[in-house]
Amino acid sequence: MTKRFRSRDGAAHTATRDMSFTVRQGEFVSVVGPTGCGKSTSLSMISGLAQAGEGEVLVHGRPVTGIPDRLGYMFQQDAVLPWRTVLDNVAAGPRYRGAPKRAAREQAADWVARVGLAGFERYYPHQLSGGMRKRVALAQTLINEPSILLMDEPFGALDVQTREHMQDLLLELWSGTGAAVVFVTHDLTEAIALADTVVVMTAAPATVKDVVRVDLARPRRVEEIRLEDAFLGVYRRVWDSLREEVEITRARGARRAA
Amino acid sequence: MPPETVAAAPPPVEDAQASAPARRRRFPAPKITVTRVLLVVLWLGSWEAATAGWLDPFYYSRPSAIWGRLVDWFTKGTAFGSIWEQIGVTLEEAVLGFAAGSLAGIVLGVLLGRGRFIAEVCAPFIKAANAIPRIVLASLFVIWFGLGMSSKVATAVVLVFFAVFFNAFQGAREVDRTLVDNARILGAKPRQILTSIVLPSATSWILASLHVAFGFALIGAIVGEYTGADKGLGLLINHAQGTFDAAGIYAGMIIITVVALLAEWLLTLLERRLLAWRPPSSSAAADAQI
Repeated sequence: MTKRFRSRDGAAHTATRDMSFTVRQGEFVSVVGPTGCGKSTSLSMISGLAQAGEGEVLVHGRPVTGIPDRLGYMFQQDAVLPWRTVLDNVAAGPRYRGAPKRAAREQAADWVARVGLAGFERYYPHQLSGGMRKRVALAQTLINEPSILLMDEPFGALDVQTREHMQDLLLELWSGTGAAVVFVTHDLTEAIALADTVVVMTAAPATVKDVVRVDLARPRRVEEIRLEDAFLGVYRRVWDSLREEVEITRARGARRAA
Repeated sequence: MPPETVAAAPPPVEDAQASAPARRRRFPAPKITVTRVLLVVLWLGSWEAATAGWLDPFYYSRPSAIWGRLVDWFTKGTAFGSIWEQIGVTLEEAVLGFAAGSLAGIVLGVLLGRGRFIAEVCAPFIKAANAIPRIVLASLFVIWFGLGMSSKVATAVVLVFFAVFFNAFQGAREVDRTLVDNARILGAKPRQILTSIVLPSATSWILASLHVAFGFALIGAIVGEYTGADKGLGLLINHAQGTFDAAGIYAGMIIITVVALLAEWLLTLLERRLLAWRPPSSSAAADAQI
C-alpha cells in the first residue's frame, strides 16, 4: 500500500502547500513541525473528514473521497462518549458497523483487557483519569483493526510518566498488526522513540522539509531508547532541521503581537 | 496494571458521597428546617392577626378561612363536583399538553439544530412565533375546539413547545464536533450519529427545559379553563373570582402549587436516572439551585 499525500488548501489561510509524503503499509511515521503548521489539517484530509483543496490524498492507491475503509483516528481531545461506560465506548465501532450487541461487547471486553483496563468495564469516563480515558480511546480505535492509524497528538495532555506508558502500550499493540501509522506530535523524543520515519514540516504553509529514517531496533522500550547514542544522533539531526522552522514561526508570532 | 491506573481509581460511589459535602460547608439540616417552619408560622400568624385588625378579610382573606375552604372542598366537594375530579381534569390536560408539546419540541428542535439549511429558512418565523403572546391563543382555541378538554391541551402544547424547542435546538447545535468526527471514523451512519451522539448530548439541555415546561403546561391548562370550561381548577378559581371569594382563589393556588411540586419531584427522579453518567459535582450543583 502506498499513501501519497499532496495537497493545497487555499481558502483564507493556506495551511499546507505542495506537501507530499508517502507512508508504506506497516510503517510508523511521526510528523513534527512548528505550532500551527497544518499537521492536524493533513490528518483530517487523509481521514476524509476534510476535503483537500487542490491535489489529492491517495489511500491504497485510490483518491480519498469519503472516510476510507479500515481507518482509525485518535484525536487530540477526548472523544470518548461521557454517557457510555468503558465497555460500551469500546464496543461503539463494531456496533456502528452492524455487529450484534453481544458479540460487540465480548470483543470490547477483550480490548478493554488488552489496554490494561480490566475491571473498569462499567465505569463512566468521568470516573477515570486522563490516561485511562486515553486507553479507552485507544481500544475504541484499535478494535476496528485499522490498516491506517492516524494519531493527532493523542498523548499531548498527559503527564510524562503516563505518556511513556501509553507510548509503550501503543507500540506493543501496534507491532505485528501491519498498520500504517501517521503520528503527529510536538514532542521530538516521542516522535523518534516511536517511529520508523520522522517527517519534519516547515512553518505554515507547510511543506515537507526533511524526512529522517530512524534505524533503531524493535521492540523498543521508550524510557530506555532515549538514552542510546543512536537515538541522540537522530534527535540532533531532526532538531537541527526543525529549529529554523520553529524560529520562523516564533518571529512571525512576535511580529503579529507587536 | 500500570501505576497510574491504580492511583486514580477510587470506588466511584464513595467518591460522590465524600466530596459533595466537603466542597460546600452545610448547615445542620434540623436547624434549616426549624428556621423554615418558624418563617411560615410568622408569616401566617401575622397575616391572621392583621385580618383581625386593619386588613379587611373580605378582600385579603385569612389563613384560617383558606384552610376551611380547602377542608370543605376535600370533604364536601366543590360547586362543580368532587375536588379530585377537578384536579384530575387539570392534570390530564397538563400532562397531555406536556407530552405532545415536548415531543414536538424535541423532534423539531433536534431536526432544525442539525439541519443548517432548514434552520436558516425557519429562523425568522420561529422568532416571530416566539414573540407572539401565546397565552392569548387560549381564547382562539376555545372558539376552535370548544369548552372541552382539547382547547386546554392545545394551549398547554403551545406553551410547552417553545420552551422545549429552543433548548433542544441549542442542545443539538452544541454537540462536540470531535465526538461526531470520532463516531464517523468509527463507522457511524448519519442516523446512528443522531441517535448515539446528538440525542444523548442534547439530553441534559432538554431535561433542563422539561422542568420549566411542566410548569408551563399547568399554566396553559389553567388559563385555558379560566377562559372557558366546564371543569378543572382554573374554572374553580374563575368561579371564586366571580363570587368575590378570595379564600377560594388562594385555596386553588395552593392545590396547583402542590401539584407542580409533585411533578417537579418526578421530573428530578427521571433526570437522575437519565443522567447517571454525569459527574456527581454537577448534580450537586443542580440541587443547590432548587
